Amino acid sequence: MARRRSTLAPALWVPAGLALGLLLLPLVALIVRAPWATLPSLLAEPTVVQALGLSLGTASISTVVCLLLGIPLALVLARSMQWPAVPRRLLRALITVPLVLPPVVGGVALLLLLGRRGLIGQWLPFTIPFTPLAVVIAQVFVSMPFLVIAVEGALRASDRRFEVAAATLGASRFTVFRRITLPLIAPGIASGALLCFTRSLGEFGATITFAGSFPGTTQTLPISTYLLLQTDPNAAIALSLVLMVVSVAVLVSLRDRWVPGVVS
Amino acid sequence: MSLVASLVVPSRGLALDLDVTPGRTLALLGPNGAGKSTALQALAGLVEYEGSITVGDRSLDGVEPEHRKVGYVFQDYLLFPHLTVLENVAFGARAQGRGRVASRASATEWLERLSVGELAARRPPQLSGGQQQRVALARALASAPDVLLLDEPLAALDVEIRDEVREELAAHIKDWAGMTIVVTHSFDDVTALAADVIVVEKGRATQRGSVRDIVREPATAYVQRLVRNWSDD
Repeated sequence: MARRRSTLAPALWVPAGLALGLLLLPLVALIVRAPWATLPSLLAEPTVVQALGLSLGTASISTVVCLLLGIPLALVLARSMQWPAVPRRLLRALITVPLVLPPVVGGVALLLLLGRRGLIGQWLPFTIPFTPLAVVIAQVFVSMPFLVIAVEGALRASDRRFEVAAATLGASRFTVFRRITLPLIAPGIASGALLCFTRSLGEFGATITFAGSFPGTTQTLPISTYLLLQTDPNAAIALSLVLMVVSVAVLVSLRDRWVPGVVS
Repeated sequence: MSLVASLVVPSRGLALDLDVTPGRTLALLGPNGAGKSTALQALAGLVEYEGSITVGDRSLDGVEPEHRKVGYVFQDYLLFPHLTVLENVAFGARAQGRGRVASRASATEWLERLSVGELAARRPPQLSGGQQQRVALARALASAPDVLLLDEPLAALDVEIRDEVREELAAHIKDWAGMTIVVTHSFDDVTALAADVIVVEKGRATQRGSVRDIVREPATAYVQRLVRNWSDD
């Protein structure tokens, strides 16, 4: 068996190398062609600063919203063992739909729900589409599943008997949740929140469909990058670099601290 | 104030009456799967039971685990891994609404009483099995329970240190004024820790009495074998 595997190796190396190149060479190109000399001034341009501020702001708010709403949802999912299996599995499958849904479709769906003539939007006294609120809603829509899945996984993996032990020591349900459950799943929450933040920061399709691209109010970093590519390619490359650095930083911090299994 | 319980857990085939008085230790002795641990879980309110449990004139039926004042030392101790030893022991008092400083002071006292004061700043995964057991005992006692439940307190320990830890445990339990129930399948544990014994087999009491009664007249084949092996040692 070992001999056969070694004869396979050269045949494997060609597609494997191609795959690796396809994954890494674009990033290399981005780094090589980046306008390093003018980078500081490019990043200081008002449109860039505006987009950066808007993106960091909305992505942070989206992450907080995901935490506030996603942790309870994860708790419901993880602790619903007494429910019949069919609705439980169906619910979990539905929650992952935004993960596989094309973001543009998500944007269209949000318009149909919250647009001025939307299912809910027609009853609202204010307009949501094409506002910063729409940016946040679009980001939450696409990134919440990441948080729910990460937290639910952490909850399933954590030993519930610690909660039982805490109760026998006189701790109320809320105290148990705050002092035992939450700290024990903190790594899952942290990695979920980081994934949420990066996904929100990179959100394009749902945002441009549901929130448009008004400079200063809804034109986030990825949208700004796309538009700048036609008028000021160097600025677009600079923004791409920023987005890449943030993503890689998140990846590195996840691997080092929160996913010990990956490092082994 | 004594504990009087009549426990019925149909789903696990348990039907057991027991009572303990303050300052005394009752052992539930029986083979694995006899329902001893289920009895403890019922006393702590962790499984649903029929029947009744009273401590003095206080009924525990329908009372949530956090309000029962029943301390539980689990077989694998279940020390909170994200808290220090001191925080573990102070947890009960904090959870019951006492201040941070007072809780920590009382936790420090308990740790010193159990001769593990120097471990206060460590985290549970850094402790040996014997140390974990003492911290678990300190944590349960520091929550000021009326009743202390010990589930196979020595089973998780290496055989070499069991005798030593057992003696220490016996001394600490004797110092404590509350009621103790210990579950075990080891006759060594019974003779070291308890005054009274209920032999539990297949969810029923097959013999009750003092340790001496049991040694003198073992009622079932199971107890006979245990006593014989024990006296051989």
